[in-house]
Amino acid sequence: MSMNTQGRPTGVGTVGTGASGSALIPDEPLLFEIGDTEHSGVDLPDVTFNSDRLGGFGRKTKLDLAGLTEPEAMRHYVRLSRMNHSIDSGMYPLGSCTMKHNPRLNEKMARLPGFSDIHPLQPVSTVQGALEMMNQLSHWLMTLTNTAAVALSPKAGAHGELLGMMAIKAAQEAKGEAHRTVVLVPESAHGTNPATAAFLGYTVKPVPAKDDGTVDVEAVKAALSPDVAAIMLTNPNTCGLFEPQVIEIAKAVHDAGAFFYCDGANFNAIMGVVRPGDLGIDAMHINLHKTFSTPHGGGGPGAGPVVLSEALAPFAPVPFVRKGTNGLELVEHIEDAALGRVTAFHGQMGMYVRALTYMLSHGGDGLAQAAQDAVLNANYIKARLEHIFSVPFPDYPTMHEALFDDSFLKETGVSTLDFAKALIDEGFHPMTMYFPLVVHGAMLIEPTESESKQTLDRFCDVMAELANDAIAGNKDRFTSAPTKAPRRRLDETRAARQPVLKWEKPADLPQTAE
Amino acid sequence: MRYLPHSAHERADMLGVIGAADIDALFSAVPKSALKSFDLGLPAHQPEFLVEAHMRALANKNHAAGDGPFFVGAGAYRHHVPATVDHLIQRSEWLTAYTPYQPEISQGTLQMLFEFQTQVAKIMGMDVANASLYDGSTGTAEAVLMARRLTRKNKIVLSGGLHPHYRDVVKAYLKDDPDLVCLSPSPEGQGDILQQIDGNTAAIVIQTPDFYGHLRDLKSAAEAAHAQGALLIVVVTEVVSLGLLEAPGALGADIVVAEGQSIGNALNFGGPYLGLMATRKEFIRQMPGRLCGETVDADGNRGFVLTLSTREQHIRREKATSNICTNSGLCALAFSIHMGLLGEAGFVRLARLNHFNAVKLADALEGVPGVTVLNKTFFNEMTIRTPQPAAGLVERLARRGILAGVPASRLLPDDRSVDNLIILAATELTTDADISALAAALTEELA
Repeated sequence: MSMNTQGRPTGVGTVGTGASGSALIPDEPLLFEIGDTEHSGVDLPDVTFNSDRLGGFGRKTKLDLAGLTEPEAMRHYVRLSRMNHSIDSGMYPLGSCTMKHNPRLNEKMARLPGFSDIHPLQPVSTVQGALEMMNQLSHWLMTLTNTAAVALSPKAGAHGELLGMMAIKAAQEAKGEAHRTVVLVPESAHGTNPATAAFLGYTVKPVPAKDDGTVDVEAVKAALSPDVAAIMLTNPNTCGLFEPQVIEIAKAVHDAGAFFYCDGANFNAIMGVVRPGDLGIDAMHINLHKTFSTPHGGGGPGAGPVVLSEALAPFAPVPFVRKGTNGLELVEHIEDAALGRVTAFHGQMGMYVRALTYMLSHGGDGLAQAAQDAVLNANYIKARLEHIFSVPFPDYPTMHEALFDDSFLKETGVSTLDFAKALIDEGFHPMTMYFPLVVHGAMLIEPTESESKQTLDRFCDVMAELANDAIAGNKDRFTSAPTKAPRRRLDETRAARQPVLKWEKPADLPQTAE
Repeated sequence: MRYLPHSAHERADMLGVIGAADIDALFSAVPKSALKSFDLGLPAHQPEFLVEAHMRALANKNHAAGDGPFFVGAGAYRHHVPATVDHLIQRSEWLTAYTPYQPEISQGTLQMLFEFQTQVAKIMGMDVANASLYDGSTGTAEAVLMARRLTRKNKIVLSGGLHPHYRDVVKAYLKDDPDLVCLSPSPEGQGDILQQIDGNTAAIVIQTPDFYGHLRDLKSAAEAAHAQGALLIVVVTEVVSLGLLEAPGALGADIVVAEGQSIGNALNFGGPYLGLMATRKEFIRQMPGRLCGETVDADGNRGFVLTLSTREQHIRREKATSNICTNSGLCALAFSIHMGLLGEAGFVRLARLNHFNAVKLADALEGVPGVTVLNKTFFNEMTIRTPQPAAGLVERLARRGILAGVPASRLLPDDRSVDNLIILAATELTTDADISALAAALTEELA
């Protein structure tokens, strides 16, 4: 095949000559290789005008945007979609991501014109139902966490973390303690935690984990000092364990004048069963796209409301809803606010509607049952596989994730990555790998409550068969995997060394011989 | 409960395999004082039709944009979204996949992101675009931080024409920063920024069309910034304008940030939206957010992966360019499908139609006694001065079923000089009848 300098086959239609496509999942050329600048799938009148209102700023350069008619577009995006694994097509046990079922009632409700076709800046008197909806969602979130306030507006979990830590910073400044410049972060934390703390100018001080995978209150006490502003702790933690000393940790943190930021990424394990407010947290973000089933969408949009303790409630950002004399009011501006605003408008309304729909469907009883089933499923996987897979932290029952390390692969020549890729050939999305960092060759499996016993059994059968095959020395099956996916392993080094981040017309590129 | 697959029998069997006496045994690490120690007082689970009735009752209390004449803009715009777009984004394979961490089984999402990045780079006239950010406002804050990393200088100047919410987000991100200069709003559209540029300036931030609808001169801004070693960050809140206005990249922009909602995404009361960001090739490594790149697989076939992830939090932790993890994947898909349907021909026609309707709106408003249109230039949005405070006037028009625009005072409550200003937008959905109804109602209210 003739390749240009970007490694791209030259010419339309040559993509599939490597025979990677199959009858039902054909390879698909790029939009720009199918469409051109004259085709369009939208009928619009071509108006003529002679306007001086553009002030000489009119476009002179070409856009060079390819267009597709409607049938072409439909086929392009349907074909592309079939190269994706999704929750709806199979188990997606990606630890820390809570890939649970996404109910379609949520989608239907989010598309009601009374929610989807309202503008964030139309008069507040014309959106009373929207504000009431936000109030109801807030009530559920505060009740499930036993907290005093909630800031709905953050756009995703990491954005919620940022807001929560901004609130902590503002609270410390209000106390006259701006000299607190250190944030404690356990080594097992998500990468977003240290990134967030650093973003706000804090120095990150790691807290080591105990051999049993939990955080030691004594280690926290030793790390606390008058310059510590907060601790960022995930609970249940990223090893899938509930921190047994969390209440003592919270007390030590508060006694030292610091705040307790809880990463709520794993709230699915405890919703309706444990209220984080009872554990002494001051701020916690809740990923609506994890715990409350709003779709992950190929990488967002998420939503990351943050619940706040009484101590932090005065530092909540705008906007928020409150009762006024003429119905509900939206507070969009506070003079001399400590924090102000972290996004334009009011946050992820479309996600609020989906999350509230999910909560109402489950009820308080169903949410608790969902959390318990999520924990049951993870423990079931652990119980079925622990005789073959190595469990780094066997002292506690796991919560909603089962964590294994790679010591069972020792001497096999098979890496965690190889093992995960072999799982693809068996029809499963791999687990999270090499995270948390504190475990060598970690494999973090989060089944969620959505998987049936039958699916879990099949998953465990496949996992056990793969492990036995690796131990038996059948290395090739793993190092060559995947062989049944739309692509085989991709050259990530090349992608990073010679970045090709957009399509260029082959004619515009220097050609090289074969 | 319809979403939970286990029967009571199965739960019991599974506990047996685990060797746990009951479910509470699996929560043994939880302090006793905190485990199920409360009554939530929340309602129990409900059948689908009852949940639907509850949500419909809430939705019905809102006045939807499609219910009558509608001129609200100021950073979010009501455009037509083709039925194909919403159908496609609800396909399971798009809707229920996650960030493409396993590229072999995520080529659909990855190829789409590569196409999306290409579309965004092209409309902005820039070298590279990322795979989306949360929205335009947070994207602006990220761009400001990126400019500081690139120039190793600190001073940031925000034009008074920048959307006040965007300004507030930058202020929150750069809390109490002495090097952040926020210029006063300028409803008349006069340039205010060039004299602020000095040798310590990392970037100037200019929105065009600006918050009041005026078109800003990017070329001279770029020249002035570059002369001092500063960068020009261009913000676009109405991305449809790029179908008719010159690409910021062609005028010297260094980083372009846009709110992409107008293409493919509904109003949704403010979110989810999507931030677009594009820059020059040499600045890639300081760009925040996911990037998708082309490569080949083990058989030599073209494929796509997330790349340059050494910038990101899951690798670099506290040294990352941003803490961003999840972005706006599905909104980017909607954008890309809609833009793919439009193509150059459709995108240009759409932009022309928006401007055409806005000219009609401006002409009609000029004819209302007492009303002045402040804009000499605009794309699809303009600001009027009325003889009465705008907030009450807009409220009265809403009671007549006309959503007439945004009183500037809603976003600038501390600035009394904008009390009588209304910002109005027209789009391809604005009809002659809508414009006549607005003009007539406004004339009556002001009589």
